[in-house]
Amino acid sequence: MNIFQDANRTQIAGRRRTDWLLHILFVVATSIGVIALCALIVDILIDGIARLQPDLFTNFPSRRAEGSGMKSALVGTIYMLLIMAPISFIFGVGAAIYLEEYAKKGKITRLIQLNISTLAGVPSIVYGILGLALFVRLLALDRSLIAGALTMTLLVLPIIIVSAQEAIRAVPKSRRDASFALGATKWQTVYRSVLPSALPGVLTGVILAMSRAIGETAPLVMIGALTYVAFLPEGLKDSFTVIPIQVYNWLSKPKVEFQELAASGIIVLLALLLLMNFSAILLRNKYQKNV
Amino acid sequence: MLKKKGFKGILMLSMVAMLAFAAACGNNTGGNAETENTGTTNNATNAPTEAAKLSGEIKVDGSSTVFPLTEAAAEEFNKEHADVRVPVGVSGTGGGFKQFCAGEIAIADASRPIKDEEATACKDAGIEYTELTVAFDGLSVVVSKDNDFIDHLTVEELNKIFVTGSTVATWKDVRDTFPAEPIVMFSPGADSGTYDYFNEAILDKAGIRNDKAISFSEDDNALVQGVSGSKYGIGYFGFAYFEENQDKLKVVPVDGGAGAITPTTETIKDGSYAPLSRPLFIYVNNKELERPEVKEFVKYYINNIGPLAGEVGYVALPDEQYATEAAKIQ
Repeated sequence: MNIFQDANRTQIAGRRRTDWLLHILFVVATSIGVIALCALIVDILIDGIARLQPDLFTNFPSRRAEGSGMKSALVGTIYMLLIMAPISFIFGVGAAIYLEEYAKKGKITRLIQLNISTLAGVPSIVYGILGLALFVRLLALDRSLIAGALTMTLLVLPIIIVSAQEAIRAVPKSRRDASFALGATKWQTVYRSVLPSALPGVLTGVILAMSRAIGETAPLVMIGALTYVAFLPEGLKDSFTVIPIQVYNWLSKPKVEFQELAASGIIVLLALLLLMNFSAILLRNKYQKNV
Repeated sequence: MLKKKGFKGILMLSMVAMLAFAAACGNNTGGNAETENTGTTNNATNAPTEAAKLSGEIKVDGSSTVFPLTEAAAEEFNKEHADVRVPVGVSGTGGGFKQFCAGEIAIADASRPIKDEEATACKDAGIEYTELTVAFDGLSVVVSKDNDFIDHLTVEELNKIFVTGSTVATWKDVRDTFPAEPIVMFSPGADSGTYDYFNEAILDKAGIRNDKAISFSEDDNALVQGVSGSKYGIGYFGFAYFEENQDKLKVVPVDGGAGAITPTTETIKDGSYAPLSRPLFIYVNNKELERPEVKEFVKYYINNIGPLAGEVGYVALPDEQYATEAAKIQ
């Protein structure tokens, strides 16, 4: 009896220890990410906070660090988002609705599905090459805002489709059945019943995909977003620049003041990212209450 | 009910946003095209009276070394002609010429003269151009501030260190009086005009070594960091980067056969810092040069780049040479 009890006790103690060790491991695993982000933010803030003045947003880039700003880059990024958002929303969510609601589950659908998942993992520079060949050269859109935005749309589409599909799939089947039982057509069911419940998830996916797009540099370098742009794009076919390219340009300059400017640029980019992610959370919470 | 409204609202909003943007942009592009058209007709009919008010776009792309010069020229030019847009890209000298010979850009920045095959490509595409020298750059060979044994290097020694297939592993292999410490090398990547120039001037086009002892980077600041951080390191890059980092680096006088010369504004300008001082160019498409705004910009560039060159870390040409260059575009 005694022996049995002791054996049991050591066994339990051993399990507790394993539990405790794994607990520590998981905490460390989590904190590595957090610490890296904190280190980045602190480092960037130290370098860049001094230059975070209003003239950073009102001045065009300049060869002199003190008068240099990122007006054209900020506006370029925002314009690109404005063009991308509706296009990628319509095509992305449209594709997701088709795949989840309309398409027959068969070999072809599976093939499309596999394709989309693969596309989501393709390196962004490859989209840049595609954009250069397709939009810049073939469709003769030149190195313009619209060519950049369309390339970025291609880049984020797979992400949006996958996340929208997940959101649509999460809507209970009973909702659809109820709608069909009332005599609704497929579109009425999708539009009035499925989409409203799936919308928070869909929107979160779209916004997160957008925030990935504003940090991308490689595809835009490929299609030729320019480095020195001292004007605002006024039309779809105008030349443009975006924040990451401006930051890269500043980083490659010899004077140390430009490194500080680059840090301020990164702060602005991070703030924009946070703002978008935050609005994704807000939107999701707002709609979830209504469901 | 509420949620339906919400969803509809979002859908409507995104549609409206897209339509509005498309419409606005559509109008604008139309507007631009119109102004461009009227611009050209104006020039044909009453060019002298309208000469003061210039507009249009002058696309420039090419070398990242020449970029600061063109950026400075564009910035100053815009102060006088606010309606002329001068976007400048940095695709590298080779990338710039590719676009230039495809007729995509008006001006190509170049840190070396156009190559024969590039010239042929331009000729085949029916593009004639004018080459203009705008400033000098001095390639600086640098070592760490802590390096106390180097007083100068000859071109042969530099070649021995960097050339492809080099067996030099320690400083002693370079010169007997140097310590037997391993050399750590830093070089700009093969896409840069700086590397091209070094390859031509020092390595006789044999190419640079590529082994464990050497690191490449397209980012000159990374090279500065690398050299300044290793006592037995050596690297090379544009004069501007040395000037900005004089506190961390020591420049090596180079002996090209006429004694060791330290790169300074004077030695680069008078050509005595040979063979490592190089001219920088812009190439202008002659057809584009007929556009009044392009002509005005190029003229402005040549007439004003002298003082600007010093400001961005390059060396101005002698005044009479600017006069010669300006004469090419009259």
